[in-house]
Amino acid sequence: MTGPTQPKPSAADSRSVRFRIARCDGPGKPTRWETFAVKIDRESAGANVISCLQHIAAHPVTVEGKRTTPVVWDSVCLEEVCGACTMVINGKVRQSCSALIDQIAPNDGDEVTLEPMSRFPVIRDLWVDRSRVFHNLKRVKAWVPIDGTYHLGSGPREPAKAQDTRYTLSTCMSCGCCLEACPQFTRQDDPAAWDTTFVGAHALSQARLFNMHETGKQLAGERLEALTGPGGVADCGNAQNCVKVCPKNIPLTESIAAMGRAATIHSVTRFFKK
Amino acid sequence: MSSHRVIVVGGGLAGLAASVRIAESGVPVDLFSVVPVKRSHSVCAQGGINACNEVARQQGYSEYEHFDETIYGGDFLADQHPALEMANWAPKIIDLLDRMGVPFNRTAEGFRDLRLFGGSLFKRTHFSGATTGQQLLYALDEQTRRYESEGKVTKYEFWEFLWPVIEDGRCVGIVAQDMRTMQIRAYRADAVVMATGGCGLVFGRSTNSTICTGAAAARCYQAGVWYGNPEMIQVHPTAIPGADKTRLMSESARGEGGRVWVPRKKGDTRKPREIPEAERYYFLEERYPAYGNIVPRDIATREIFSVCVNDGLGVYGENQVYLDLTHLPATTHHKLEGILEIYKKFAGEDPQHEPMRIFPSVHYSMGGLWTTFAKGSYNPPEPREKHKSGAAPPIDSRIGQGMQPGAIENARTNIEGLYAFGEVNFAYHGANRLGANALLSCIFDGLFCGVGVVNYLKSGTPSKSPHGTVSQSAYDRVVQQEERKARSIIDTVGKGGDDEAGNPYLIHRDLGNELTAACTVVKNGPRLEQCLARVGELKERYSRMKLADGATWTNQSFGFARAVGDMLVLADAIALASIQRRESRGAHYRTDYPNRDDANFMKSSVAKFDAAKRTTTVELVDLDASLIKPTARTYGKKDSATEQEKKSTPTAAMARASA
Ligand SMILES: Cc1cc2nc3c(=O)[nH]c(=O)nc-3n(C[C@H](O)[C@H](O)[C@H](O)COP(=O)(O)OP(=O)(O)OC[C@H]3O[C@@H](n4cnc5c(N)ncnc54)[C@H](O)[C@@H]3O)c2cc1C
Ligand code: SF4
Ligand code: SF4
Ligand code: FES
Repeated sequence: MTGPTQPKPSAADSRSVRFRIARCDGPGKPTRWETFAVKIDRESAGANVISCLQHIAAHPVTVEGKRTTPVVWDSVCLEEVCGACTMVINGKVRQSCSALIDQIAPNDGDEVTLEPMSRFPVIRDLWVDRSRVFHNLKRVKAWVPIDGTYHLGSGPREPAKAQDTRYTLSTCMSCGCCLEACPQFTRQDDPAAWDTTFVGAHALSQARLFNMHETGKQLAGERLEALTGPGGVADCGNAQNCVKVCPKNIPLTESIAAMGRAATIHSVTRFFKK
Repeated sequence: MSSHRVIVVGGGLAGLAASVRIAESGVPVDLFSVVPVKRSHSVCAQGGINACNEVARQQGYSEYEHFDETIYGGDFLADQHPALEMANWAPKIIDLLDRMGVPFNRTAEGFRDLRLFGGSLFKRTHFSGATTGQQLLYALDEQTRRYESEGKVTKYEFWEFLWPVIEDGRCVGIVAQDMRTMQIRAYRADAVVMATGGCGLVFGRSTNSTICTGAAAARCYQAGVWYGNPEMIQVHPTAIPGADKTRLMSESARGEGGRVWVPRKKGDTRKPREIPEAERYYFLEERYPAYGNIVPRDIATREIFSVCVNDGLGVYGENQVYLDLTHLPATTHHKLEGILEIYKKFAGEDPQHEPMRIFPSVHYSMGGLWTTFAKGSYNPPEPREKHKSGAAPPIDSRIGQGMQPGAIENARTNIEGLYAFGEVNFAYHGANRLGANALLSCIFDGLFCGVGVVNYLKSGTPSKSPHGTVSQSAYDRVVQQEERKARSIIDTVGKGGDDEAGNPYLIHRDLGNELTAACTVVKNGPRLEQCLARVGELKERYSRMKLADGATWTNQSFGFARAVGDMLVLADAIALASIQRRESRGAHYRTDYPNRDDANFMKSSVAKFDAAKRTTTVELVDLDASLIKPTARTYGKKDSATEQEKKSTPTAAMARASA
């Protein structure tokens, strides 16, 4: 693996990497495959999938020499902190900005396959509509119900350890990797069905995050109510795929287990209150 | 609920803080963003957010000193009253974020932890690991989602702002485009808040996100909004060069004890660990004994640049220096985990064991849409001397002394009803922004100046003639203008062959290289003139631009090509203002005018666009310096002469380094 400039690669280190990309012109349109060759050399030190897509956008010509349109994809931060650029790379869901070419295609002639995530409707090419990821955050009321923005003093004091746990949970960037990998989170194009289908590991983990906060707890009952309903925590089949693909190493299975226990207690108490 | 509506364009920290504040007051908000707001560029911010706090206060720090640091750090180019108000509000903003659930780092006893940051001798930076921006953005995103679920905020994500609708001198809405369906339509509003962030992409590769084109600001500018201090571009001293962007290594790395050095021997080929202490040149510590590694950014940047480019002391003979964290304890590494991960991931080395190799990169735009304010109640008969660090403050921190709370002029552009919040405006930071002051200014704008927007609806023109009374033709006109523009770009598809000169991506690449070489760390008159001419050539190429995609659905390259046209307009303003400021101040350093010249240039550069001729002119406008007298800004440098000895001509080193 090379650092920024040392050791210096020589001109001979230049190699060609092929990108096989699933293209689709829009919803309901068929998928076709196009292959592009991108030269990787000293000029492009540190190249990643995005820098190669940028190169293809500027030179949209396939390996057969056919002129085509620039590929459409989603990206913002380019440092794996916004979650935008998620796609399926060589069969694995991950962020494309942190997919370094030196790692995924180290040799001349190596091929990289790029596909859109499959659990969300394709808008065009590699860009999918992930509104449902955000919608599901509303289902679990993923916020602290503060009284308003007027000055009312500081928030609750918190032990460093608790902060550390909350911080980790709070780095979830709604990228959707955990949903793409989950057998229970099936594609659902109709928003009307979103409220009754599986919320997903990310939302379960956010429910845990806000139930841990002194003020956030005020809504714990409502969150658990949502999680005991259809599409709630019981829908999780415990396949544990989610935790393996989370780029932020969020302990999703711990969160799911915690919410599972809390939901059970919630149902039992509710039963006796009736 | 009021019959008024407010449009907020941009859902970074500034836009979300504004949306929350305005929605809370009962006015419905339409929130536009080119990305889901949770993915806005603010998510990238790493190091922290400044505010006076109880520990620092007991050591002699005060809100007033924070204000003084901000003005001094900005080399006396910022209007002073707004900076005072911001510093006074800072502790309240931290408290509010804390209540929203931001996981600020904690001390053993459970209080908010603090770290040291550039330009201060006190610990006054609050942080959440090394992803503070992400955590603050998420807190505001969550509050916005709450209002959205209550129907008080309506989000238009993947909608691009195209143009403000201005009728009878006031802004009454916007025209925007759905990036998926490509539909262009107008939205009515009684006030519009622009919160669209910075313009790093004008420089090609920067630490900014892909969406930071500055196009939205450039469109307002072309519609008649003034643009302040375009020449003031912050180059951050420590970034990792990359093929698609440069990745920031936050100032917190130095605040937590990171040391910058190069081998004393030119072209030393030894591994860093093999170089004994005595043969390492800790140039910042040697030159600035008081501040050491935490001198402000413009100074650190020029020193690193000079050590590499003028002295040829860069590591392995390249344009790079070491940022060394290897001596720090594991607990500190844990606090910096977010950025250490970035380095590990993108540079392939572990900074816990190997010093990082970094170089300066374009990072932040102090300049932006020109805005006004209503002066607060603190008005000394004459400006005071610079505050002595740790001394008792001359005033307390009561609100309303810097700016009048709720005044409708606060953060308003020269157009009535059109406001600019966050990085997109030119306020607070003058010629150089202090680290961890940007997040503060964004949230401050949203919360403090958001109240002025609501008051404008209640007592300004919209109270008598709300948006519903504005004639439809005002909106239709702008829609037609934008449809024409779109058609003229789409119509270039298939015309001619693969002309490299007309390729929008290559025009953008060339623009970035040119501006980085001519308008960043070191500038000079002749080179700037050349830059202006080259931007002219790029504009000519742009007029012959050819698009490769004629799709009428989700045409991304069309959107990019349109933004390139707007970036070229901004580039003109940046180069022209750099030419006209014949002095050196903060981030603006001219080898042909190496000194600060207060008599002639302690003024804001205000760029104005002539729509008929499509040209930019820059005027110098007086600024509010009524609170602190300007002093030389040396940060206690040992040998102040060297700063002026730098005779190097601007080189393409920056462009090369980021290539
Ligand atoms: C790597 C990095 C680290 C940083 N670290 C720190 C730090 O530690 N402390 C600190 O104080 N500052 C830091 N900064 C600076 C700070 O992050 C930014 O100045 C700040 O986040 C800007 O926020 P904003 O709300 O003004 O704009 P942004 O967060 O940039 O948001 C802009 C919004 O406008 C929208 N938008 C843009 N154009 C359009 C359009 N045409 N139509 C519709 N919507 C549009 C975008 O979608 C987005 O929602 C850092 C900056 C960088 C690059
Ligand atoms: S553990 Fe649950 S949420 Fe995670 S992948 Fe399996 S089924 Fe999905
Ligand atoms: S939990 Fe992890 S994988 Fe899932 S959305 Fe959040 S960051 Fe992505
Ligand atoms: S672009 Fe933000 S995670 Fe890749």
